[in-house]
This record gives sequence, structure tokens and C-alpha cells, in this order.
Amino acid sequence: MSSGEPLLELRGVHKSFGAVHVLQGVDLTVRPGRVTALVGDNGAGKSTLIKGIAGIHPFDEGDYAFEGGPVHVKGPRDASALGIEVVYQDLALCDNLDVVHNMFLGRELTKSGLVDEDTMESRARETLDGLSVRTLQSVRTHVAALSGGQRQTVAIARAVLWNSKLVILDEPTAALGVAQTEQVLKLVRRLADRGLGVVLISHNLNEVFQVADDIAVLYLGQMVGQVDAATTTRERVITAITTGHVNEGDAA
Amino acid sequence: MSVATDNTHDVHEGRRRPATVLSLWKEYVAKLRGGDVGSLPAILGLVALVIGFSSARPETFTKAFNFGNLIQQSAGVTIIAMGLVFVLLLGEIDLAAGYTAGTSAAVMCVLAVEHDWPIGLAILACLATGALIGTCIGLIVSRLGVPSFVVTLAAFLGLQGVMLTLIGEKGSIDSGEFVAKLNAETIAVWLGVIVAAALVVIYAVATFLGNRRRRRHGLTSQPTLLWALKSGFLAVLVGLIVYYLSIERSPNAHIKSIKGVPIALLILIGLALVLSFLLGRTKWGSHVYAVGGNAEAARRAGINVPMIQLSCFMLNSTVAAIGGIMLASYSGGVNNVTGGQTTLLYAVGAAVIGGTSLFGGKGRIVDALIGGTVVAVIANGMGLMNQPDRTKYIVTGLVLLVAASVDAISRRRAAASGRV
Repeated sequence: MSSGEPLLELRGVHKSFGAVHVLQGVDLTVRPGRVTALVGDNGAGKSTLIKGIAGIHPFDEGDYAFEGGPVHVKGPRDASALGIEVVYQDLALCDNLDVVHNMFLGRELTKSGLVDEDTMESRARETLDGLSVRTLQSVRTHVAALSGGQRQTVAIARAVLWNSKLVILDEPTAALGVAQTEQVLKLVRRLADRGLGVVLISHNLNEVFQVADDIAVLYLGQMVGQVDAATTTRERVITAITTGHVNEGDAA
Repeated sequence: MSVATDNTHDVHEGRRRPATVLSLWKEYVAKLRGGDVGSLPAILGLVALVIGFSSARPETFTKAFNFGNLIQQSAGVTIIAMGLVFVLLLGEIDLAAGYTAGTSAAVMCVLAVEHDWPIGLAILACLATGALIGTCIGLIVSRLGVPSFVVTLAAFLGLQGVMLTLIGEKGSIDSGEFVAKLNAETIAVWLGVIVAAALVVIYAVATFLGNRRRRRHGLTSQPTLLWALKSGFLAVLVGLIVYYLSIERSPNAHIKSIKGVPIALLILIGLALVLSFLLGRTKWGSHVYAVGGNAEAARRAGINVPMIQLSCFMLNSTVAAIGGIMLASYSGGVNNVTGGQTTLLYAVGAAVIGGTSLFGGKGRIVDALIGGTVVAVIANGMGLMNQPDRTKYIVTGLVLLVAASVDAISRRRAAASGRV
């Protein structure tokens, strides 16, 4: 399963904020078509790592390779130009706009200078249909009228609308109920099945074992290890998260 | 649990069974219940006011003369309100809009009358003055981050001083002949009829074709019945207005005949169309709503938020300058109260009464037109009932309070039911 060229490869990345050395030589590999779960306790550096990947707080040092070649990501625009999209925890949707306008927020299509509502609406519809989203009644509904799961769906669909290659999801199910969590996780799985690289940050190990192919464990700014989800167990992952050691002898 | 959310896929609106009057009505009521009241309170209020004043002063209020007069009285304030919609959409405020209008108009009058500039150039200078004021306010708000309330409060005082300086010792400057006509003359009756008919036909045909195209592509579209109702309603409304304005309304027709659509109404409608187009059809307009709805989301989506703020303040002040021209035209010049007194409060009131939210993100240009008419009817009707200014102010203040409360209450309902 782990065959194929890595989509994203980080080697020894460092990031400091003033005197605080948040990331201390982290390695991360994300392969296309696989969900890579990023787990770790609070303060382990998960958010800093994805903000570095997204170019919001670029890494201080370390190698950043995308699709096999070294790249320089110095700002959010560099990341989106490469095809990297981030779905933040607060979703960043405009309640007063409809689904179509939220999916095209800041990148509205135009035809002879005017907003091309027709093309935008059909592309939004296609993207949602392509992700087998059946929970949105109309793409002209205002986002304010949507449930938490539907909002998450819109935010994820926005991330894949732009032929992105890597989608990073920051705790997408944190505020959702049981049924909605299930829907969003299915959606996350479908993204990977379509060949995208997916990085999923989560605190919920049930979720992680349900959808992830790879599990990367961060501990106090260092990568404890990146393992295939099929060959490890919950206990080992919990040990790694809490102690920072992979306990090889602990057979399950 | 997933049943509740999984039952609604093929609802591309175009493919639904045809709408009936009853189903449309039910949808509309559901929308109102959800807190999305739009301009309905203003329209109901307007109807109530017109009925009230008509029964109290049938011999004056309902006269065609008064109707034409009403439009000209309110043109300046309504135009300023249209500009304010852009600033209010961002959740900001411009307290200086009234004196922006006055100062810009004073520049125009000084140049045209005292320095004999050609009127076209003087009007351009007036608009440029508005744009300059808007640029200054917009830069301070967007770059320095000073709250617009404070910046425009300072501009409110400062511009009043600038305007008085421009006017000088005399206390007033004449507006010149051309400007005076703008808010006094009418166009020929036949021309008014043609313009009105063209407006209705263009609206009906364009929306019909648009709906047909969208239905063919399987996109959301308006039911044909709704289209017919809207077009029919517009035709009746425009027809009535033009008919009423085409009656001879001069008290002494043999001396000077007054009939036809006032130029002021043409300017109002034309400006409303241009501004609505900017807001509804351009990328910039979409970004204005986005910034008003969630500035942080807009910023992360790559929208240049300070630029949107700056451009909205510039447009607002430029439109206020046009309002200033209409104010100067109505009173035949600029004096030391032009754009002052109740101008600003009536303009903000007009936008809010019409349904523009003070919290940002929600509002349309047509709100300002409807709200402006409400404010004008109150002022005009109370005047005809020989009510002193004190009563007029109290009533207008109460109406504004009610409108702002409706805004806040409908927001709460919207939050509860998930509509905005």
C-alpha cells in the first residue's frame, strides 16, 4: 500500500517562535491516495507543522519537497499554487453567503468582467456530486442555515474544488455529532480514494484507526514515528503520544 | 439519525413540480418566520403611513402635486442612504456623509458661480471632493484601524467647518441655473412613459431568459409563476407611479405647467441600478458581502480586506456628493445647514428602515430607496398636518428605533433558525 512516490516530504524541519523551539527536526511523508493522521498531545506542534506546510508560518530550516522536487513555500499563496489546501477548525465560511459563493470565496469566476453565477453553480454542484455529498438541499442555501456537518462538508468541498493535491484537515469532527462525524469521515476517505493526499489532525483515535492509512505521532516538537495503521495498535499509539517512545516490545 | 439529512438529494430547484400560488406563499411565510424579513416591515409601514396620511389630509397629501414634491424633497437623503449601504454592509458607519454632501456641493457652487467654471467641470470637482473625503476616511479606517465611528465623527465636525469656510460671510451660495433644474424640472410625459415601459420590459425579458437558461442547465431557477407575479407587480407599480406623475399637477397650469416624471426620480432609479449592478454582479460586490459577513474568512481566502474597506468608503462619499448636488438643487444653493441638521440621521435611518443591517453583511441598494420613501412620507405628511418639527423628530426617531429593533430581533430569529 505504501508504494508510489511521496506527495509531500518534510525532512528535519525546524520552527521557533522567539525562544520557543516548537518544531525540532520533524520528518513527515504524505503519499497520494492515503490518509495520514497527525496525532499528538496539546502543544506537540501539530498546528505549527500544518501552518508551516500551508505557508502561514514558514519553516525556519529543513527540506520541503513536493511531488518529488524541492519547493519554497513562503506564504499561503505558494501553498495554494502547489495544490495544497487547508480546512481550518473554524472553517472560515461567510454565514451571509450561499454555498456556491463560499466555495468560490475570493476566487469567483468571471465572464466578461461579471461574476459567472451559472458556471460557479454547476461546478459547485459537480464537486459536491463527485464527493457523493447528498446532504445539501440546495447549493443556493445560505451557509447560516446549514448544520455543523454540512458546513464542514462545504469547507472540504471548497478545498478540493481547485484540483488540489493535498488537503489538510484540522480536527474536522471536533464539534460534530455521531451521524455527522460518520459522514465527514466517509468524505475524508473518499478524498483519498480519489487519489489526493490527505493529512488529518485528530484527537480521536477511533476516528484515526477508522480512516487513516498512516499515523504520524508528534511529541514535544519531535516526530516519534510514522507507522502504517494496519500494523500498529491503539495502545502503541497512545504510548507514543504520551511518552514519546515507540514501545517495540509491547506486543498486542 | 442520518435519515433526517439524507432525504433531499434531487432538489435542484428547477426540476421540482411546478409552483402554485399557495406553495410560493408557504415558502415566503417560512422565510419570514425564519427571521428573513427583508424590506417587508418597511413596505407595510409605508402602506400604513400612506393610508393614515391620506385619510387625515385627503385634500393635500394624495394630490399629484404633493407626490412629485415628495420625490424631490427626498432625493438628496435617499441618494446619501444608497451610498451608506456600502459602508453599512461592512459593519462600519459614516457619520460624516451629510457634511460630505454639503462640502462637495459647496465646492461645486463656489467653482461654478464665483469662479465661472463650466458646470460639467464643477460637477466633476464636486464628485472628486467626495471621493477625496472618502479616500481619507477609508485610509484611516483600513490602514490605521481607527474605528469608523470615531473617524467619521471627527470628519463630521471638520467638514462642517470646511463647508462654512467655503460658503464664507454671506451664509449661502447660489447653485446656478443648471443645477437648480436637476431637482425641479420634469421630463416630457411621453419620455417618462417610454423609459418606464422599457424598464419593465427589460426586467421581465432578462429575468425570463435567465430563468430559462438556468433551467436548461439544471441550475436553481425561479418558478415561472413567481417570475410572472414579480414582473406583473413591477409593471403595475411603475405604471401607477408614471400615471400619477403624468397628471397636470401645477396649481396654476396656465402660468407654468408641471407634469411628467421628475428628473430627480430618473437620477434616483439610474443610480440605484448602477449601484445594484456593482454590488450584485461584480467580483468586487461579492467581496463586499464576504468582508461584511466574515472579514477573517475573507482575508484567508485572499480577499484584500483593506482595499475593499477603502473602496466602499470612497464610493459612499462619492455617492454622498451626488446627494449633495440634489440637496443644493432643491434649495437653490448651499447654505450653512446644507447636509446638516437631520440629513445624516434620515439617511442612516432610511437605509436601516429599508432592511440594511447595522451589523454588516446584509443589505441592498433598493432598501435605501424603500426606506428613503418611508422617511420622506413621514416628514412630508407631518408637515401637511401642520405638525411642528418637534413632533416630526419624535415620530421619525421612534420609527428608526422600531426599524433597528426589527433588525436586531430578526437577527436573533435568524440565528435561532439558521438563516441570515
